[in-house]
Amino acid sequence: MHTTNLKPSSLRPEAALSSYIVEAGDPFVLEIRKDQVVRIVDLEGNQAVDTLFYNAHDYADRYSAQDTIREQGNIYLTTGTRLLSSNGNVLLTIVADTCGRHDTLGGACAAESNMVRYDIGKRHMHACRQSFLKGLQTWNHGMDKSDIASNINFFMNVPVTPEGKLTFEDGVSDAGKYVELRAEMDVLMLISNCPQLNNPCNGYNPTPAQILIWDTNVL
Amino acid sequence: MDSSVLCSEILHGGATWSHVLKRGTALRITDLEGNANVAAYFLNFENRSERFNLPDTLKAQHTARLRAGHVLFSDMGRVLCSITEDTVGWHDPIAGITNAALIEKKYGKLSYQQARNGWHQNARDGFLIELGKYGMGPRDLHSTVNLFSKVVVDEFGNMQYVRNNSAKGSYIELRAEMNTLVLLNTCPHPLNDDPDYSPKPVELSISRVPNPMRDDPCRTLCPENTRGFVLTELYFL
Repeated sequence: MHTTNLKPSSLRPEAALSSYIVEAGDPFVLEIRKDQVVRIVDLEGNQAVDTLFYNAHDYADRYSAQDTIREQGNIYLTTGTRLLSSNGNVLLTIVADTCGRHDTLGGACAAESNMVRYDIGKRHMHACRQSFLKGLQTWNHGMDKSDIASNINFFMNVPVTPEGKLTFEDGVSDAGKYVELRAEMDVLMLISNCPQLNNPCNGYNPTPAQILIWDTNVL
Repeated sequence: MDSSVLCSEILHGGATWSHVLKRGTALRITDLEGNANVAAYFLNFENRSERFNLPDTLKAQHTARLRAGHVLFSDMGRVLCSITEDTVGWHDPIAGITNAALIEKKYGKLSYQQARNGWHQNARDGFLIELGKYGMGPRDLHSTVNLFSKVVVDEFGNMQYVRNNSAKGSYIELRAEMNTLVLLNTCPHPLNDDPDYSPKPVELSISRVPNPMRDDPCRTLCPENTRGFVLTELYFL
């Protein structure tokens, strides 16, 4: 049995190689080299950070939610989780986590899914899959909607009950909580800092996230 | 219903199948021996970048299991297929499919050279080959579902495979709401605890069915499904 696995990191922000702020509703794309560590910080609390990972040398080999949860026997991601790719590679490992539970079944919001979930008149509202597409178009490496597969929702809480119900609940995150991952191979990270305003996943107030990178070879 | 059956066939265990299920028809899948597993994936045949979206399907219907009344949503907010009939009550949407490494680890390698068509096949390779026949590849294979299989999740998030979920003769019927490319694979469920590789056959039959009415149980299951049907109707205007 494994439940939340809280583990703070010993890495100091002053020693980070680089630091970025991803504003609410923005996409963010970054290559992360093998052995680098990436920290994602929920700066103001209750913010879903929708994230996709790819093998940097073969984008068709990408994060697979179903393979990841099945192989660890648990649907929630936390310290110790190995993020598996569709070809069975370990892309990254979660090495620190002060939130304790992250979702990978809830997917990313879209203009179209908002129309289904909330109201057909919601098409105009900003959504994660808009940001994912914009991020991939800006990255300009031939990627398109086919590359937007199952994602991780860092800091998001989507419990499944023993009866098979799926619910969206208030986040378990708080201001300053973070998750940290070590790249086990060169990876591409694509983030949508979620702009959803129709449910509690962002506390109805999307806020920025911080991305920190450490180069563990020079620590 | 029987008089409307257009065709039927047996899909052997460990095999892959595909068909463009036209709007106005339904596919019935029958578990012939009990404990079948049928991995399934769906795309809009006319625009294959529109495909089954697992999170959208689960979120819209507030469920982590599939049963009669549920529908399979595409990433474009439309309904690819509806589950119009189901005698099982729980189909697994979360555990994914077998791949070559998983099959070899669980059952050992048994090649075509050793066993001819009794070789140990896996669902991922089966789906990738089948997608290749339509000009698609690995980027086009997203999350899938496992018909006839059950995986429960406890309060801590642990996943448990449940044996004997499907009795001999159980069936599920999928009604196409769009012209839906349906891919099926009958390799064992990836969490199946049977030590022997023993994929089960199913019967597939396609029938002509009436268009769903306003009071259709899948359409009225929840307001989200009703909006999904409206968006699907708009697509065909």
